[in-house]
Amino acid sequence: MTTTHLFEAEEKACWALMDELHDPEIPVLSLLDLGIVRAIEVLSPPNQDGKIKVTITATYTGCPAMDWIANAIRIELQTKGYRTVEIKTSIRPAWTTDWMSEKGKEKLKAYGIAPPEKRFQIPGDGIGCPQCGSNDTKLVSEFGSTACKALLQCNQCGEPFDYFKCH
Amino acid sequence: MRNPVIDYTLYLADSALILGQRNGDWCGHGPILEQDIAITNITLDLVGQARSFYQYAATLIGGDTTEDSLAYLRVEREFKNCLLAERPNGDWGQTILRQFLFSSFQRELYTVLTNHTDQILAAIAEKSLKEVNYHCRWSGEWVVRLGDGTEESHLKMKTALENLWPYTGELFKAADYEIAVGMDPSSLHTPWFNQVEKVLHEATLSFSSTEHVFMHTGGKQGAHSEQLGFLLTELQYMQRAYPGSNW
Repeated sequence: MTTTHLFEAEEKACWALMDELHDPEIPVLSLLDLGIVRAIEVLSPPNQDGKIKVTITATYTGCPAMDWIANAIRIELQTKGYRTVEIKTSIRPAWTTDWMSEKGKEKLKAYGIAPPEKRFQIPGDGIGCPQCGSNDTKLVSEFGSTACKALLQCNQCGEPFDYFKCH
Repeated sequence: MRNPVIDYTLYLADSALILGQRNGDWCGHGPILEQDIAITNITLDLVGQARSFYQYAATLIGGDTTEDSLAYLRVEREFKNCLLAERPNGDWGQTILRQFLFSSFQRELYTVLTNHTDQILAAIAEKSLKEVNYHCRWSGEWVVRLGDGTEESHLKMKTALENLWPYTGELFKAADYEIAVGMDPSSLHTPWFNQVEKVLHEATLSFSSTEHVFMHTGGKQGAHSEQLGFLLTELQYMQRAYPGSNW
């Protein structure tokens, strides 16, 4: 696929907008933190026809937030003067937590969710507790409150917490 | 002749959707909260896979066909899901074993499909494989926990194995459309069997009762057990009763 980025300044502004939109289930993360916006192409700026194409990718195939996110992007861009907003969903390459920003991982931790860690490709005991920092933790379930998370409990502070799984 | 990729894609979509619908019945009824959440998360993944495949099939069929019309407006004989997917939930043990047998098969299938020349099927397989690995591990651990558990849980798993095994043969018996798209599943049997045998062995479940059993077939060609009709009646109720309704 060849894309000609004729309107770089406008595209940069749209990328910044994506950092203002948040995941509905983990509101501390922006769409950029999650790494689900893959491409933005302004075909015509708002002061002309206002046409834009945004490519997003799903975290998990059945993630119910995707329709909501696509709609949020559409509305946001329409308020900025883009009258024709095309949203494409790409499948390949498959989304991976490697695309999550470092800033996003810090925000997750501060929010109380243990961020994905390379050495825990498979969720297990010992994932750092985001509350007290202890590694004396145990896996409760590989499946947590959403498809992307596992459930753990800290043996030190006793708090249960979610772990954002490597994917 | 109809493009075999359509039938093959529908076979993959239907199998994922029907098992997803079955598992969905556990929502709010799981033995404990964490496992209720786990089985419903798996359901979400299966329905997600089904959506991707249906969307692709809809573009191949063209016209007014959509992912929704494929799921909600086809009749039993048009569904190509494997018979294993439509087996009733039974008890928790049977649900777990069905998931394990199915996910282990999906893992082998998607691994091969990832390299298929059809770029869209390959992309969906690659994406789904990441999730299927979770399903295999989780269900496999439960098969071991229950099989090698109490006398009662062992007995229930033994019964589940006897109930479900006759529906595993169909997975590896090629339908015409599988051959036509270059996806003969018979070569998947050995890696699947080795993996399943390892887990069943660890679960102290004996294979002796499953050798040389009669294998049911037909689901992939649209000849289903009576169970599918009841399932579809519930799944399709809203669109049948209120055609075109949306919210």
